[in-house]
Amino acid sequence: MSDARKRMVARAARDIQPGMTVNLGIGLPTQVVEHLPHDMQVCLHSENGITGIGPSLTYEQADRNLIDAGGAYVSPLPGTAFFDSAVSFALVRGGRLDLTMLGAFQIAENGDLANWKIPGKFSPGAGGGMELAQKARRVVVMTTHTDRKGAPKIMQRCTLPLTAKACVNRIFTDMAVIDVTDTGLVLREVAEGLSTTTVQAATGANLIIPDETLPRF
Amino acid sequence: MKLSDKTTAISDAIDKISDGASIMVGGFGIPGTPFCLIDELVRQGPKNLTIIKNDANETDMGIDHLLKNGQVTRLITTHIGLNARAIAMMNEGVITVEFCAQGILAERIRAGGAGLAGILTDIGIDTELGDGKQQITVNGSPQIVETALKADFALIHADQADTFGNLAYVATARNFNPLMAMAASTVIAETEALVPMGQLAPDTIHTPGPFVDHVVELAELTKEYAVVRR
Repeated sequence: MSDARKRMVARAARDIQPGMTVNLGIGLPTQVVEHLPHDMQVCLHSENGITGIGPSLTYEQADRNLIDAGGAYVSPLPGTAFFDSAVSFALVRGGRLDLTMLGAFQIAENGDLANWKIPGKFSPGAGGGMELAQKARRVVVMTTHTDRKGAPKIMQRCTLPLTAKACVNRIFTDMAVIDVTDTGLVLREVAEGLSTTTVQAATGANLIIPDETLPRF
Repeated sequence: MKLSDKTTAISDAIDKISDGASIMVGGFGIPGTPFCLIDELVRQGPKNLTIIKNDANETDMGIDHLLKNGQVTRLITTHIGLNARAIAMMNEGVITVEFCAQGILAERIRAGGAGLAGILTDIGIDTELGDGKQQITVNGSPQIVETALKADFALIHADQADTFGNLAYVATARNFNPLMAMAASTVIAETEALVPMGQLAPDTIHTPGPFVDHVVELAELTKEYAVVRR
């Protein structure tokens, strides 16, 4: 993983506050865990029916019946709970999830998110993503700023099928931290070594750039 | 009074499933997937099946054996990203895949089991998954009508069962199992341990026996139940 991506993951971890109940999506978001202080009071939830997820386990240590939704073998903590799939999503839809961190194919300037289907190419299904995106109290996305061909993933409108409308609050990329606000996308932080001009040029929508020195990550 | 004995040989239990049946299958990834019941379903070979399961397992595991064997025509699921064959069969039109949001699949199954016609939700509204579905307005907000799901059979994996079919699950192997165990006309549960009546404390039973028709005791677990080196 590139250095900028590692710094993005570390930066995103700082948005997790003590006391939160958090769901981390498969892929980059899962790696956020490695940047949380070991003694931090935070409750991780996974769609397959667990709250209070402890550190991942090696092949030798793993319990065959204890995984997270991404299939990683995880450990219980004092206070871990197991429950069925209906209860798991009651927690999500009922508003008990403070924060979710999700991956993205595309994000629109109004907060629309597309992350489940590339028609004709890759349609794995949405899993629990729609409910997480629509119902978590705060939705942040972690993604590379552009796709493999260099095309912007942040755009005026998503062209791919949506996961949920106007759901994203904040976007972490390897280039910037961007907030989705009522007035548009606001650039909050910029990766080391990049200019705001470079970030804007890699973005398919207008960025509101505050008239102040932006923090680096 | 005494409760009935529902223990059944695996071949006799699966023999009840005919061509064209709809079958709910427990499990989320490996935990809770009834691999032995699936293997017997492959051996007996009924075709034209509708499978309702959270995922399609991985290539060469569980549901994938049914796909490979040409027994499935329709799959109602939430995510098949770990099974390249399932995605290819969908893209080639060999199977029909109906995607559902994960928690909504759970609630549709629960509604089916609870004798309800469906549920109302705003999940998936203004997305492809909401397109073409009936909508009604409740307290001023538009809601999608998601119909209840029932099936002819449910294949369940329990950690412990008694002969009456009281079931207990373990850790993240619970997932869809207790919901599906309520939503099928015939419920077949495999269990890792068959315990004497009365050994399961009433408060620790997740699925009460009256929901279950057949209990199959597993002599041993196949390698598919084991930890995978990733």
